[in-house]
Amino acid sequence: MSKRVVITGLGVAAPNGVGLPAFTHAIKNGVSGIRHDAKLQQLQFSCQIAGQPQISDELKTQYFTELELRGFNSTGILYGVIAGIEAWSNAGLPIENNEEPDWHSGTIFGSGTSGIDKFRESIYKIDDLQTRRLGSTVVAQTMNSGVSAYLGGKLGLGNQVTTNSSACATGAEAILMAYDRIQAGKAKRILAGSTGDSGPYIWAGFDALRVCDSKHNDDPTHGSRPMSATAAGFVPGSGAGALVVEDLDSALERGATIYAEVLGGSVNSGGQRGSGSMTAPNSTAVQRCIIDAVMNAGISANDIDAINGHLTATTKDSLEIENWTKALGRGGNDFPYINSLKSMTGHCLSAAGSIESVATVLQLHEGFIFPNINCDDLHTDIAALIDPGKVPTKIIHKNLNIIAKASFGFGDVNACIIFKKFEQ
Amino acid sequence: MNKEDLIAKLKVIVKPYTTNTVAYDNLNENTDFINDLNINSANLVDIVLDIEEAFDIVIENADMERMLDVKTAVEIIETKLAAK
Repeated sequence: MSKRVVITGLGVAAPNGVGLPAFTHAIKNGVSGIRHDAKLQQLQFSCQIAGQPQISDELKTQYFTELELRGFNSTGILYGVIAGIEAWSNAGLPIENNEEPDWHSGTIFGSGTSGIDKFRESIYKIDDLQTRRLGSTVVAQTMNSGVSAYLGGKLGLGNQVTTNSSACATGAEAILMAYDRIQAGKAKRILAGSTGDSGPYIWAGFDALRVCDSKHNDDPTHGSRPMSATAAGFVPGSGAGALVVEDLDSALERGATIYAEVLGGSVNSGGQRGSGSMTAPNSTAVQRCIIDAVMNAGISANDIDAINGHLTATTKDSLEIENWTKALGRGGNDFPYINSLKSMTGHCLSAAGSIESVATVLQLHEGFIFPNINCDDLHTDIAALIDPGKVPTKIIHKNLNIIAKASFGFGDVNACIIFKKFEQ
Repeated sequence: MNKEDLIAKLKVIVKPYTTNTVAYDNLNENTDFINDLNINSANLVDIVLDIEEAFDIVIENADMERMLDVKTAVEIIETKLAAK
């Protein structure tokens, strides 16, 4: 019989809250983490607002040695390590300096790029014929697996240590990869999550695509408007989310707090066929991913109490809602509650799926549905599909049993996870 | 610069790279960077860069490869300073 898989630890570095207590407070109270970004203004971006975790130098020294911080210039690794170590400690797991690594624990920690600022700094030195003066950490900071390598070393992990990458589906995919590995009995626990760098050099490509909001440069907190009639593109974000995904037997043996169970899920791709392309989703594949996740979890579509959507605040939001209604065979007043964390954090790109999964699991564990901010004017196309009351703009305190979380990404890739409140 | 001053200056440079405080406190001519101070070999690259900056000298790769202990480091720095 395959193993049951649960979540025993959470960690987060989000634009609207670094650390679980701050983040939980922020999502319950609809606190936006979107700020004006002077650098983006200076560089004449269309979108000059962004979501970036606020990390003090003091906090850095809690997670990195003085030596590690010398020449350190990778926000993605910074966020990933903070979130990852928090999740590990939150799970009650020790950080020991043993001679032997912990063979039963690993990490699957995704990222879109790594150390893009370090890379830029290095390129200037290289072109200035200063390659010999780059220092010793350029590779560790700029290799895509930098974040999992840093975490693996800090925690002494001896199971699989890797970084996955599937655009904005990265975080959700990491959790499902961890689920698969634990279910197969190949690891007792995997620190699953994802991270995303901050800054103009990661966000510029989206600004160039004209998919970011440019209408709220003077009003940052109202810029990210998923499902709103006045949504005008996504607000770029960054950060990291981390979850300790663990074999139930191991969790029970340790007496760990169990935040939720991962019932199952699905990843697929639309193959950039039909309505799908590099940048647009193939709706058939999106619906199939949701249906497969429901089947894999062994539940009925009617069992889903709430959805944490991808919902970025572009014109694709209505299409996503339509895909959910078709996949679940539910609409109008029968549709589950739905929310998008991006209204408060912006679109954290490769980090989105993991930060949003942390929020999803918190909702199950504490019994609430966080509000969609900036959605007082629900898009009419969405109101035609589902009851507006299913898109809460104020927190709802309610015990939830099952939440579906989906993330979609460039390359026409999809991931959907079914989380359930844990019962023995 | 006499040898004692040079070692003292080198000791300051090496500090961030070692966690072995006992060996560091007893740093002398015979101290080996990797075996005594437990310095990660990749960090020897950074130490060489710091030395270059502190003494305003350039250390070639061949010299760097044999710069594994305080004694050799001092010799190389002294040679480079003398050639200035």
